[in-house]
Amino acid sequence: MSMNIIEASGLGKRYGGTWALRDCTLEVPAGHVAALVGPNGAGKSTLLNLAVGLTAPSAGGVTVLGGRPAGSPAALDGIAFVAQDTPLYKNLSAADMMHLTRNLTRHFDQHYAQTRLDELGIPVKRKTGKLSGGQQAQLALTLALARRPRLLVLDEPVAMLDPIARHDFMATVLAAAGTGVAVLLSSHVLTELERVASYLILLSRGQVRLAGTVSDLLASHRQAGLEELALAYLRENTAGVTK
Amino acid sequence: MTALAGPAPLPWRRMAWVTWRHHRVALAGVATLLGVLAVYLWVAGLQLHHAYAVATACQPASSVACQNMMENFDGSYSSPAQTIVALLHVVPVLIGAFVGAPVLARELETGTFRYAWTLGFGRWRWTLAKLVPLAIVVAAAAGVFSLLFSWYFQPFFAEGSRIPLDPELFGLRGVAFAAWTLAAFATGALAGMLIRRVVPAIAATLAVYAGLVLTTDLYLQQHYARPVVTSQLNVPADAWIMSQWWTRSGTTVSQGTMNQVIQSTFERIAPVVHSRAQKTRVVTVDLPHYLTQHGYTSWTRYQPGSRFWLFQWIEGGWLLALSVLLIATTVWLVRRRAA
Repeated sequence: MSMNIIEASGLGKRYGGTWALRDCTLEVPAGHVAALVGPNGAGKSTLLNLAVGLTAPSAGGVTVLGGRPAGSPAALDGIAFVAQDTPLYKNLSAADMMHLTRNLTRHFDQHYAQTRLDELGIPVKRKTGKLSGGQQAQLALTLALARRPRLLVLDEPVAMLDPIARHDFMATVLAAAGTGVAVLLSSHVLTELERVASYLILLSRGQVRLAGTVSDLLASHRQAGLEELALAYLRENTAGVTK
Repeated sequence: MTALAGPAPLPWRRMAWVTWRHHRVALAGVATLLGVLAVYLWVAGLQLHHAYAVATACQPASSVACQNMMENFDGSYSSPAQTIVALLHVVPVLIGAFVGAPVLARELETGTFRYAWTLGFGRWRWTLAKLVPLAIVVAAAAGVFSLLFSWYFQPFFAEGSRIPLDPELFGLRGVAFAAWTLAAFATGALAGMLIRRVVPAIAATLAVYAGLVLTTDLYLQQHYARPVVTSQLNVPADAWIMSQWWTRSGTTVSQGTMNQVIQSTFERIAPVVHSRAQKTRVVTVDLPHYLTQHGYTSWTRYQPGSRFWLFQWIEGGWLLALSVLLIATTVWLVRRRAA
């Protein structure tokens, strides 16, 4: 069955007089790890917040998981979102976070979450604020995956992590993608996307500059790797704008 | 299967543990604050009631010894009572600001709303499921506490040193104390949603609450019912007097003129008594009566003490309506303009 994990048409978001995102039209097919790439302030977080329904669009619309309106209960049941800096309740323990999540979601695989945290060596009784950055990120990811989502949305998931934690985190994401979970993640760190992304969306200055499967894009732009492609395109584009 | 119809919403009770876990520290703070004050009121109240019982048991009541006893009761108990009254006036806003303001402000400040509001419970339902139980709990706690205060203060009303509608006490009794606590909580919740930071939201709550109390005391309370206007000189002892003025043949006499009239009348009718060092005047007639017999009419505009419960329900009612409006606005804002 083919369906789009995210579909946007003419999507725009304005804060005051500035467009954080404008004229965004996208169709990301299922079965991909889609990377949202662009410099800081390009509109990545805005697009993700629109996709999970935290923000209402100023223009256009966005649906997820085959036409479900972003932010609707049906959409949220199938999406797990890990926001930037993985905000957890700092004064709650991992066990409390599991209990909270289980209460407020339709599906929660307690056994998976418990097993995974044991494997990671994350103490469930400790307050999340006392865990290391890597452990917090892994906890947030575990909670997200325990919801058995069909789409996992990650906003700058590894920006704050050291290289080892970064590697471990992305390995978990890849493993999940291997079980059929679609992933949409944003990052301004290109190197870590090289291994994982199969679909690329390039944003700059609030607009989509490039979108497509990585293999198609590399073939048509004659670039060796995703990083080179993105850099070349961003340079070219910035030059074009400044001219 | 229709995708748009969507699944049935998750049951409300799923939020019970979440609300408790997030706000149990704040609720424990409220319990401690009210608990400490309640213990004080209970202990002080027992002494107060005992002293008053002893003073009223004194026979004959008009004897000098008994009068002294009553004066001693006033002298030693009214000052601590004043202090506790002043203290209690800030309790509703303390509860409202410290419980109400963080409900949304903390989520928005720390970013955890991005977690909580994408879990599928629904963010406006999440907000309602937090605000309504918390509002009921703080208002109920305040309501029970104000019963204890009314008991504590009873001797002063019995003695007649305080009128039922005494503005200083009105907000601490009946349903008003609970209603003010509820309004402070609702103000805090909305301030938290609008300001999105805990400390500024608490400060804003304190300021808005102070403004609301002042407006009510200065402009609203006395208009809850049309005041009684009388030309009788003997106004009931429990009346809350708004204003008094004199007229002569249908026209109002200004305060300045009246003062002159009183002064000259006084000099005319009160004989001068010469003592060794000074001369004093001895008033042998009741001046107001004298003036009413000589063409002047005294007018008094007042609220009778029997209107206490009417006023309580009016104040409680509009504060409840305001609180519902504030909470509804908060939920509506969460629903439509999350970050």
